[in-house]
Amino acid sequence: MSDTGSILKIDNLNVHYGDFQALYDVSMEIKKGRVTSIIGSNGSGKTTLLNTVMGINKPTSGSITLNDKDISGMRTSKIVADGVTMSPEGSSIFEDMTIKENLLMGAYLPHARKRKTELVEKAFSLFPDLREKSGQLASLLSGGQRQMLSIAKAIVTDPQVIICDEISLGLAPVIIKDIYKKIKEINAAGMTVLLVEQEVKRSLKHSDYSYIMVKGRVVMEGVSGELPEEEVSSAYFGINKYA
Amino acid sequence: MYIIIQSVITGILLGGLYAVIGVGMSLVFGIMRLTNIAHGDLMILASYFTMLFAMEIVGNVFLALLITIVLMLILSFLIQTFLVNRVIDKGPEPSLLVMFGVSIIIRNALILIFGANNRTIPNPLSTTNILNSPNISISGGYLVNFIVGVAVVLVLMFIIQKTYFGMSIRATASNRMGAELLGVNTKRIFAYTLCLAVATASIAGLLIGQTFVFYPSTGPQYLITAFGVVVIGGMGSLGGTLVGGILLGLVQLLSAHFFGTGWQTIAGYVFMLVILTIRPQGIFAKARR
Repeated sequence: MSDTGSILKIDNLNVHYGDFQALYDVSMEIKKGRVTSIIGSNGSGKTTLLNTVMGINKPTSGSITLNDKDISGMRTSKIVADGVTMSPEGSSIFEDMTIKENLLMGAYLPHARKRKTELVEKAFSLFPDLREKSGQLASLLSGGQRQMLSIAKAIVTDPQVIICDEISLGLAPVIIKDIYKKIKEINAAGMTVLLVEQEVKRSLKHSDYSYIMVKGRVVMEGVSGELPEEEVSSAYFGINKYA
Repeated sequence: MYIIIQSVITGILLGGLYAVIGVGMSLVFGIMRLTNIAHGDLMILASYFTMLFAMEIVGNVFLALLITIVLMLILSFLIQTFLVNRVIDKGPEPSLLVMFGVSIIIRNALILIFGANNRTIPNPLSTTNILNSPNISISGGYLVNFIVGVAVVLVLMFIIQKTYFGMSIRATASNRMGAELLGVNTKRIFAYTLCLAVATASIAGLLIGQTFVFYPSTGPQYLITAFGVVVIGGMGSLGGTLVGGILLGLVQLLSAHFFGTGWQTIAGYVFMLVILTIRPQGIFAKARR
């Protein structure tokens, strides 16, 4: 919590899918070295927001800046090269490649390629389960291990900001707990983390700052420990003033 | 009896040539899910380039092949970057149509420049028999085709399976967004993939030109051969193209022996249809969801 400068800034972002507007004037400031969470139900625009940050969707208006550089509308691989990567919802792993190869691919960019042994080793020490299976095909992994591999792969790119989209989706509580522990370790090592979750309690517990999204808008934000859980929940469910 | 052995030997040797004809197509399909309908025409274009350089300009076949490969690489990089990459996100049909257009352009450009006459690239080995006994003979040309074909497939397999560059190609094929999120410019990878495929097509072009006569409209004939190899061996499986090529060669030669040469081509395609019926993904490829 030492550094308080912002690393990723989203300003008045609007995104459309054809005639449908998915995001309305979304603004956020992701502070360096912190864990920031975005909480929202299905259809609240979380994934659209992340995909726009990663260059998968193009914004209609507004800007996204990383360390004061405008990255909005850039190609995904370029954004990754600038220091942001994402472990997306669902699977991003290479099923017909081994765990080791999956991780080595994380070191694709020149700055990471030079340190690939070191970076892969770091990922293995964070996720020892993966080390044991390093020669196996990724398609043989369980759901929780896939999620870990997806995060591990992202870490090997040596990013400044790592975005984790719905990392707990469909996993057993004990595994979710384990993954959140890893996220904490990753953050402690100096990486800025942006978490995206559906679950209010867990998100507030594991983040420093939270944004709550409803129907494509940010309806509430604040220091995670100070946000009243009931109010966040009613916002989340679209009760009264937030609907 | 000897005639059957002769047919088997020639069929296997011919299969090596078929493998190098099909391997580029298999690669492009496996990585990009693109059916490169211009594959045959690109091969014949390479045949013309090699013929031109070997016979008119440098006088040496190997040097001619090198220059041809360089030219073909530049051409394929341009085709991928400026034509295919612009439409590849819009589903498989637009890129198929683009390659169809490229195919027509190549064929007609060849007619305009070289005329419709048939050509050949002289090869001293094609008239030399390596083995020449009363009962069995092995053509030097066919043997060279086979060795080169096997070597090309093995080198390609090495690149794809063992190098970091090949790993990034496999990653892109496996999960394009996943690769992009690691900083891989997947459109660039597609361009490199087409370049690799066209390099193999250039070698195939030289071998075809040295073995058979060719003219501007022979491309589709070899496209169909490539289809046969890839369907039998398995779309996207490089090792499968070797087996697919040899099986296709064997079926053609043996059917020619048993039913007469008129059956040679049709037997190849009947075999391809049988494989399609009993194992639609081909012998070696895994079924795709």
